[in-house]
Amino acid sequence: MSERALSDLKEREEGVVSRLELPEALDRRMRALGFVPGSRVRVGKVAPLGDPVQYEVRGSIFCLRRSEARHIHVVSVGGEA
Amino acid sequence: MSEVPRIALVGSPNAGKTTLFNALTGRRARVGNYPGVTVDHVEGDAQLGPERWATLIDLPGLYSLEPLSLDEEVTLQVLDGEMEQVGRPDGVAVVLDATTLARSLPLLGEIIARGLPTLLILTMVDELKARHGAVKVPILKRLLGIPVVGVVGTSGLGLDDLRQELQEPSGWRRASAETRAAIEEDRWSWGDRLYEEAVTPPTEQDRWTTRADDVLLHPVWGLLVFVLVMTVFFQIIFAGAAPLQDGLEWLVVEGLGGLVRQALPGGWVESLVVDGVIAGVGGVLVFVPQIVLILIMINVLEGIGYMSRAAFLIDRVMGWAGLEGRCFVALLSSYACAVPGIMATRTIPDPRSRLATILVAPFMTCSARLPVYALLIAAFVPATTVFGVFNLQGLTLLGLYILGSGAALLAAALFKRGMLRGRTYPFYMELPPYRVPRVKVIAAQVWRGLKAFLRKAGTVILAASLALWVLLSFPSPDPPPEMIPDTPAAVSWQLEQSYAAQVGKAVEPVFEPLGYDWKINVGLIASLAAREVVVSTLSQIYAFTGDEEDVKGLAERLRDERGPDGEPVYTLAVALSLMVFFVFSLQCVSTLAVIRRETHSWRWPAFAFAYMFAVAWVASFITYQLATWLGA
Repeated sequence: MSERALSDLKEREEGVVSRLELPEALDRRMRALGFVPGSRVRVGKVAPLGDPVQYEVRGSIFCLRRSEARHIHVVSVGGEA
Repeated sequence: MSEVPRIALVGSPNAGKTTLFNALTGRRARVGNYPGVTVDHVEGDAQLGPERWATLIDLPGLYSLEPLSLDEEVTLQVLDGEMEQVGRPDGVAVVLDATTLARSLPLLGEIIARGLPTLLILTMVDELKARHGAVKVPILKRLLGIPVVGVVGTSGLGLDDLRQELQEPSGWRRASAETRAAIEEDRWSWGDRLYEEAVTPPTEQDRWTTRADDVLLHPVWGLLVFVLVMTVFFQIIFAGAAPLQDGLEWLVVEGLGGLVRQALPGGWVESLVVDGVIAGVGGVLVFVPQIVLILIMINVLEGIGYMSRAAFLIDRVMGWAGLEGRCFVALLSSYACAVPGIMATRTIPDPRSRLATILVAPFMTCSARLPVYALLIAAFVPATTVFGVFNLQGLTLLGLYILGSGAALLAAALFKRGMLRGRTYPFYMELPPYRVPRVKVIAAQVWRGLKAFLRKAGTVILAASLALWVLLSFPSPDPPPEMIPDTPAAVSWQLEQSYAAQVGKAVEPVFEPLGYDWKINVGLIASLAAREVVVSTLSQIYAFTGDEEDVKGLAERLRDERGPDGEPVYTLAVALSLMVFFVFSLQCVSTLAVIRRETHSWRWPAFAFAYMFAVAWVASFITYQLATWLGA
């Protein structure tokens, strides 16, 4: 299955984090929030102006801007998109 | 009594740490600040049994021990015993939300690996149960090798067990060397293994939260609710605080001042006490209703979980100014008053965004500017109807609001691209489940904020009011014999002899290009105590005989004022220039005092005053020259 950027996933789509492509400090922070390779992420709601976007990961809901989500790569596993 | 143990409370944001801290320490919380940084230091004593106490240190919430923000750095330094004034704690109590353990167990691992005696406190165990999940506490205890207590902070369930545990941090079992090695190797797979064995995962997200979000984050309904909530928020501060403020001010200035006036012999002693001290105290107290109301509303919205939703909805707009969603509320509050607005910037995690918000908040048109605008608009802007429906006076007022708000966003954008550019702080925000806020928790938070304001900013405001009183009241020679003392003419004559008038005359070259004479300059100096004071000062200088509330009368008086050359002093050009000056300049010592309190340095209030003065001067200069050239 092909790898995609987290920001390309549609509402309610799900993916599994495969790798992060961020500067070190940011990389560690995203991991601390639960965006670790292997974590399942589900796209929640998108803000009315298109950014930021909600992501459900490891039991919490975080919102990220597309500028950060673009650098988190996932393997799509479907969901009810 | 034996030595009182000191225990640090650490945990993820939204884990209920503060609720727990308040439940354990009651009102015995002390707020200070860590040396050299802008992070508040909160400590409190918890009674654990008869004659048994522990000091709890409430540390800022964090997602990992790899510090990104100042808050997190402080936590790390306290845990490592590097914060000398705080000392190395005897134990760490880690507070984790039982519903988000899949994410937060690695944080626990990081803390255990640091080697201090550690206790795990699980909160929200009732929520986990409602979502059909469970924590097998005995298994967790065995696998971790440290004590574990489950509590429901809001109802007090499990608190007795917790008090028992907190008595002897030195007796807490430590994690084994194997556990620590496993954490060091890979804390995420360690956490995952632990989670699998000891936790029955909750089946789904909280159903109420999902349903509420369907509406509250909806592109149409969500925005409607957002506008409604913000309107109510704004209305409550604006309409709700004003009568309370007037009441308080009346009680202090008229009530107490009147009593003292009767008791004192008169002369400058009476003036010092009544016009200096009591008016100064009144000047501090007028902020109390607004601060309390804003703190209540912010804490309620935060406690419900709506604040982060509002920030989510508006983030994109704020992003254009280089800010983020959480800056919005602070700026909105500043429409009422920059003082509570600046205090509200504490919810902004990125220090640069926070500082940018603090520096631009005073541009927002606060309620103290309204009397000034009302006077000048009544005097110089005709009440004609334009474009069929709009009143020109109303349009002018709207224009002044837009000018201020636009300047705030533009300045923020410039700061974030220039002076405050640097290491980018990622935007991430947790959207916690909706919860019912607890009155006691909110009360404690509001009290904390208010106490901090009164102690730190209140003293500065009082001192500044006294200094301005001296400037305006001395020297105070007796009026010439042909004048009857205490009449408007005599008061005006005395004011002309004051230091403030001398300063007003000395700075004439600075303000002349803006169209101001020394009398207006005195008004500007007096308005530093609070902008609206300019109205009463002008009415004193011009020996206005009417009632203070009589804006129209004073407006007429201003229009009639002639300079030495017989020309009117107040032309439309002067009025416009003066209004523009008030839009941009930071004429408010209270705001300066609060910026000082929030940034822990005089550098930022000095900078804010200087740059806003420069903007105000240039804008007023352009306005005056342009308007004069156009023949206004």
